[in-house]
Amino acid sequence: MKTLLMTISRDLKVAYRNPADVINPLVFFVIVISLFPLGISPSADVLVGIAPGVIWVAALLSCLLSFELMFRSDYEDGSLEQMTFGSGPFILVIMGKIVSHWIMTGLPLALLSPLLGMMLFVPPPGLTALMLSLLLATPTLSLLGSVGAGLTVGLRKGGVLVAILVLPLFVPVLILATAMVQTGIQGGDYTGHMLWLGALLAIATGISPLATSAAVRISLSH
Amino acid sequence: MWNWFHKLGAPRSFFEISGRLLPWTGVIAVLLLVTGAVWGLAFAPPDYQQGNSARIMYVHVPASILAQSSYLMMAGAAVVFMVWRMKLADIAIQCAAPIGASITFLALVTGAIWGKPTWGTWWVWDARLTSTLVQLFLFIGVIALRSAMENRESAGRAVSVLVLVGVVNIPVIKYSVDWWFTLHQSSSFSMTEKPAMPFSMWMPLLIMVLGYYAFFFTVWMMRIRSEILVRESRTRWVQEWVAGR
Repeated sequence: MKTLLMTISRDLKVAYRNPADVINPLVFFVIVISLFPLGISPSADVLVGIAPGVIWVAALLSCLLSFELMFRSDYEDGSLEQMTFGSGPFILVIMGKIVSHWIMTGLPLALLSPLLGMMLFVPPPGLTALMLSLLLATPTLSLLGSVGAGLTVGLRKGGVLVAILVLPLFVPVLILATAMVQTGIQGGDYTGHMLWLGALLAIATGISPLATSAAVRISLSH
Repeated sequence: MWNWFHKLGAPRSFFEISGRLLPWTGVIAVLLLVTGAVWGLAFAPPDYQQGNSARIMYVHVPASILAQSSYLMMAGAAVVFMVWRMKLADIAIQCAAPIGASITFLALVTGAIWGKPTWGTWWVWDARLTSTLVQLFLFIGVIALRSAMENRESAGRAVSVLVLVGVVNIPVIKYSVDWWFTLHQSSSFSMTEKPAMPFSMWMPLLIMVLGYYAFFFTVWMMRIRSEILVRESRTRWVQEWVAGR
């Protein structure tokens, strides 16, 4: 537990000293979403229809931008290797890194989403669904993305590769989350979608940290 | 049993055993595919609703079945490689990925061709089609990760981790049909239950499925054999074998 909390507070401190790494993906998120009304149509009917998908795809992409930061700098200055020799179990270090990644990307995305939803004319019940879906499903993105980040941290051109490895795994999350927001916009009951997203989160919590710690060890071995 | 397992895992003995098996599986694959194709395309009765266009089923259904199970076989090899660090399993993963990707692509293309006369469109964003497309992306990811890593040993381990994570997608493929309202007909071919289609259609389909599997194993073995020769090219037995040709 101590290892976990120490890793989280350390990573958050590092991010606080270098806030551009956290803010840039968020700015990207906002800019991408504001391009859609310009590119498609400013009419409210069209925008409400595409809003769940647009916001969610933008969230996936801005998460992708930040996976690179999860292990990269620690790998380059050698501190990641030191962490594998630490007193606590390495998997807790990985867990801590995933949690702090979520605090830095998923959480701000979720907090920002009602604003962007309003820009796309999403009605209030839809905004609640949008925020809940992001709160519930972005941890899954951080968990799944950590596997891709761990596998590619040793490679010079990891960026595009992470996208190819990880985006297919995001598909179930994307489908369920957008279906949930659609239901919310239509004023329906989306408890079932939330249960599914929770199930995906539970599965990812069980599997991903194991896979990521194996992946990071592999990346460190060469 | 374990002795036999370890013996098969050694590249050299696999090379020898597969060399003896290869002509047989090749002949079986050709026989099954020719029989199944001629029976299915020329003699089996046309579908009462879809007419002759349903005959593409004899190409499409086996491809879809094999596309899913080739990923599972790759995952099996990944488990073997993670647990026993068996070099042959890594070679097997490397060689299965391109074949699996091509078969998945074939399933998508034949599905599109079948969709045009029956649904009136080449492509629909339906659960099953989408999950097959995602599976194609997973195969491509496996190939891309390996080609990006220079160190062969760690590439093998990294790829097996990725394959095992991706295997989570297989149940999603299976259950996605039930998750969403879908245009795709649910699977009507099963080995264990009483078939929902008449014998005259079910039998050629079974022969085609078996033929696809025999074809897959033949090509897989051929690829594994040539990869063994590449990786073991410095050993004496490979040099002697090549010199003897």
